[in-house]
Amino acid sequence: MEYNGSAIVAMVGKNCVAIAADKRLGQQALTVDMDFEKVFPMTDRTYIGLSGLATDVKTVHDTLRMRVNLYKHREERVIEPRTMAHMVSHMLYERRFGPYYIEPIIAGLDKNQKPFICGTDLIGCPNFPSDFVVTGTAGSNLFGMCESLWEPDLEADDLFETISQALLNAVDRDAVSGWGAVVHVITPEGVITREIKNRMD
Amino acid sequence: MDFVGIQQEFAHAPATERHTHNRWEPYVDNGGTSLAIAGADYVIVASDARQSNGFNINSRYDPKAFHLSNNAILATAGYAADAKRLVEVLEQNAQMYYHKHDRVMKTSAMAQMLSNTLYGRRFFPYYVFPILAGLDNEGKGALYCYDPVGNMERVVYQSFGSASALVQPFLDNVVGFKNQRGADPARLLERDQALKIAVDAFTGATERDIYTGDWLDIFIVDRNGVTHEKRELKHD
Amino acid sequence: MLAQAEHQQQSAAGFKFDNVKRNQLLTGKGFKQSTATKTGTTIVGLIYKDGVVLGADTRATADTIVADKNCEKIHYLAPNMYCCGAGTAADTEFTTNMVSSQIALHSLNTGREARVATAMTMLKHHLFRHQGYIGAALVLGGYDITGPHLYSIAPHGSTDKLPFVTMGSGSLAAMSMFESRWRPNMSRDEAVELVKDAIEAGIFNDLGSGSNVDICILTQGNVEYVRGYSRPNERVEKEQSYRFPRGTTEFYVTKTTETATAMDTSA
Repeated sequence: MEYNGSAIVAMVGKNCVAIAADKRLGQQALTVDMDFEKVFPMTDRTYIGLSGLATDVKTVHDTLRMRVNLYKHREERVIEPRTMAHMVSHMLYERRFGPYYIEPIIAGLDKNQKPFICGTDLIGCPNFPSDFVVTGTAGSNLFGMCESLWEPDLEADDLFETISQALLNAVDRDAVSGWGAVVHVITPEGVITREIKNRMD
Repeated sequence: MDFVGIQQEFAHAPATERHTHNRWEPYVDNGGTSLAIAGADYVIVASDARQSNGFNINSRYDPKAFHLSNNAILATAGYAADAKRLVEVLEQNAQMYYHKHDRVMKTSAMAQMLSNTLYGRRFFPYYVFPILAGLDNEGKGALYCYDPVGNMERVVYQSFGSASALVQPFLDNVVGFKNQRGADPARLLERDQALKIAVDAFTGATERDIYTGDWLDIFIVDRNGVTHEKRELKHD
Repeated sequence: MLAQAEHQQQSAAGFKFDNVKRNQLLTGKGFKQSTATKTGTTIVGLIYKDGVVLGADTRATADTIVADKNCEKIHYLAPNMYCCGAGTAADTEFTTNMVSSQIALHSLNTGREARVATAMTMLKHHLFRHQGYIGAALVLGGYDITGPHLYSIAPHGSTDKLPFVTMGSGSLAAMSMFESRWRPNMSRDEAVELVKDAIEAGIFNDLGSGSNVDICILTQGNVEYVRGYSRPNERVEKEQSYRFPRGTTEFYVTKTTETATAMDTSA
């Protein structure tokens, strides 16, 4: 986890969810890239955030994309976020004794527009909270921020402020994450993606 | 069976694995969290009172913020025994100072003395992360924070201990006004605001840090002296 | 083609080990692996006059941080069997899940309700086969044709059949309650109260356990699963709200992706 550095958080709002991540890619203390993608859209309204070893972020994203596409072809419908969470969970547990070094977060709206968030550990143990999930090297920092800032039923624009402040202040106290950040707010109408201003040290 | 191979494996077991059981371990981390916020004419110090070791709770109320004789507060985190000894040493020296100079030690003097005391044990340190809180010569809130070997810094707010990773970013945000457009980062908080933030920081930390909980000691220092308040936190 | 492509992705059975060599190399070079979620856990079970009562706390931890404040540790195995899990959270989850589906198939094949001993044997075989590397410590309870049964199953596959058991990091705290208060042929209310008190002993005295008490009562032909039977750790109201005025966070790029209106999500 500490090798590349990362910070990802997802929060539930009123009829919406948000997922946010930093953009740093490092090799230990050396920053290599400041525009490294860690959150990926898997469907119109389901996003996945992958924290951890960068090579596994790529591998798991690619594998998952293939599985989600196969699901779409076989089932002739778009995968639900909860289904995808179980798909990821099983993918990771399959490698129980030689894991991918990633801890994913899934955020989305289900077919009834109900918010869904989920996190798993590196061997796929799922966690379905009703408020927020965090992952990455700034995980503890994010937990502290979210426990204080988060409140239920935030509107999309308020949720954006809350999740952004949680992420920004968390990564500023973590040496290996930060360097830019991106926030996706998923609403029934569409997804609003914002790149937020961040200390670049 | 390749017994020779197995025997050789044991012979080459790392030295650390063979000698771990009766090694002298002078330090214990007793968990717990302390924070302090300075204002224009006050300081507020909050520490939880759980004292633990591993998965066990040694005490649900073992205060680690100490009201010193010169109306300064020393909040600690780390090894409880070292913290208590450190307070004794500090108080002894403060008494000596009082009798020698016929004057109560000022916060700034005590701050420097604490640094010297810590550095005096540079090669067998007190395993303590102290925050010294009091009023400065002008009556403003003064906070000094240290590492275990005496590196000192005057700050406006600080958190140390097992939940410091959870609390410090929150203080950056709502006390230091970091990352907020148009906010004045030098603004000092009103006392009631600071108190609310301190309490919320601890209820949040108690939710997620297993070592923080049970009771919360809150000290407020102002020109009228020191007030102490004890609040209940979650006990799980 | 597609089916074939995916077939290559899925191994015939069991675990994949293709990352092991790489991970060993990485660890050898000093790469630090993150810790899996553990359920520090207090789990218990006891037999009373009419059946079995299982109990569990709801805290999941990653090192010293609480990863999940309200997780489910009493897993479904069969209509007449439930199983509490302690240890590595993923292992308890997946092991019980797998055995649950095997039990379902077994019941379909035999046309009978499965016995608790059968589930116990399946679980211990699976754990023993993996030499303790599957870190699941289980408390299995159920009511079958032969009456109520309660087992504890250790990660290496050894089992005990006892009238009252506790497991997990809070097992000593919980067992102290059982040892002082358990007696044969307790009433339902007494049994539930004792299980609640045993779990609460773990919640308050063991740092690895916390939050709420889940309880599951298994009797002949009936199961009563109570999530949050006792909730002694509700978070207090915050002193103030930390909602920010809109526009507090500075951002410089906005992109809006409209959701496709014709998205068909019906089954």
